[in-house]
Amino acid sequence: MPETKPTRPAPTWRFAPIILAGFAVILLVAAGAIWFFGAPAPLQQAAAIGGPFSLTDGAGKPVTDKTYRGKYMLVYFGYTFCPDVCPTTLNDVAQAIDKIGPVADKLQPLFITIDPARDTPDVIRQYAAAFSPKLQGLTGTAAQIADVAKEYRVYYASHKTGPGPGDYTMDHSSILYVMDPSGHFAGVIRADEGPDAIAADLKKIVS
Amino acid sequence: MRLMLSALVLAALSTAALAQSTGVAVTQAWSRASTPAAKTGAIYVTVTAGGPDRLTGASTPVAETAEVHQSKMTNGVMEMRPVEGGLAVTPGTPIHMAPGGYHIMLLGLKQPLQQGSHVPLTLNFEHAGAVNVEAVVAGPGASEPPRP
Ligand SMILES: [Cu+2]
Repeated sequence: MPETKPTRPAPTWRFAPIILAGFAVILLVAAGAIWFFGAPAPLQQAAAIGGPFSLTDGAGKPVTDKTYRGKYMLVYFGYTFCPDVCPTTLNDVAQAIDKIGPVADKLQPLFITIDPARDTPDVIRQYAAAFSPKLQGLTGTAAQIADVAKEYRVYYASHKTGPGPGDYTMDHSSILYVMDPSGHFAGVIRADEGPDAIAADLKKIVS
Repeated sequence: MRLMLSALVLAALSTAALAQSTGVAVTQAWSRASTPAAKTGAIYVTVTAGGPDRLTGASTPVAETAEVHQSKMTNGVMEMRPVEGGLAVTPGTPIHMAPGGYHIMLLGLKQPLQQGSHVPLTLNFEHAGAVNVEAVVAGPGASEPPRP
């Protein structure tokens, strides 16, 4: 009876799984980058981004995605406790809206908080109004915010900065989403490209 | 030459606090207007050091605490963190704080920051000690300091 040879793999191939895993990671990262920073034109995953939501507006009134049907929604997720990046983005959005003229009438800009514990309707209303009378701030229960963030594939997490219950900052995806008047995904816009580029992208998407 | 020098010194003094003995200059301090409900704010400064130093902390009468913070974008995710251990300042490389990066974070704002007003700020350096400046308040989402 012939003895089976030990099936020890040749040394060169011992690391094959690791190398393959490495390639897979690179592919995933590349795909992610394309997804995040690709052209603002409608993407293939269009159907998967956005969806129904139930939230509360700055007056404390319940709103849903259907409240805004008939208009394009420009959606940004952030939090008012952030005095650095969020004001820059919202100010750029406000300026972009001023630059696109009549196209702006077809658009409802929304600022949805990912920090509902601190962002009451009153807080978010004042914050949004500081940038543009057109910008609406929305908040909700922790569960409602978790739902809408999941639908928009928005990542957020709190990060403790001290011992107190209020000592935290939020990490969050910083991307502008555009939904069409029937509530379907229409495109994404980089949030950090400045008012001129945001205006140009908005003109391309909103028709 | 003397005239030019005095003009330069005057210009520097009018916009900056120069800690003469220590060699740290803090210039162009500015902030953004906040809403009555806001509990936070951010002040941006430019720090120029004559010798190696470290910005270890800050305080202002308008907020309970002030911290050195950094905002950073990583893979489309925005993060804001206190700078642990202070911010090193190297001679020849001024730190230009601006939105989206380093800032002095004001926590527990005691009053709204009003556009056009001036906010006193004390920066503490490891070697230079305390440096006092006044930050001028720009519009709510301003991306740069207001023109004088
Ligand atoms: Cu901060």
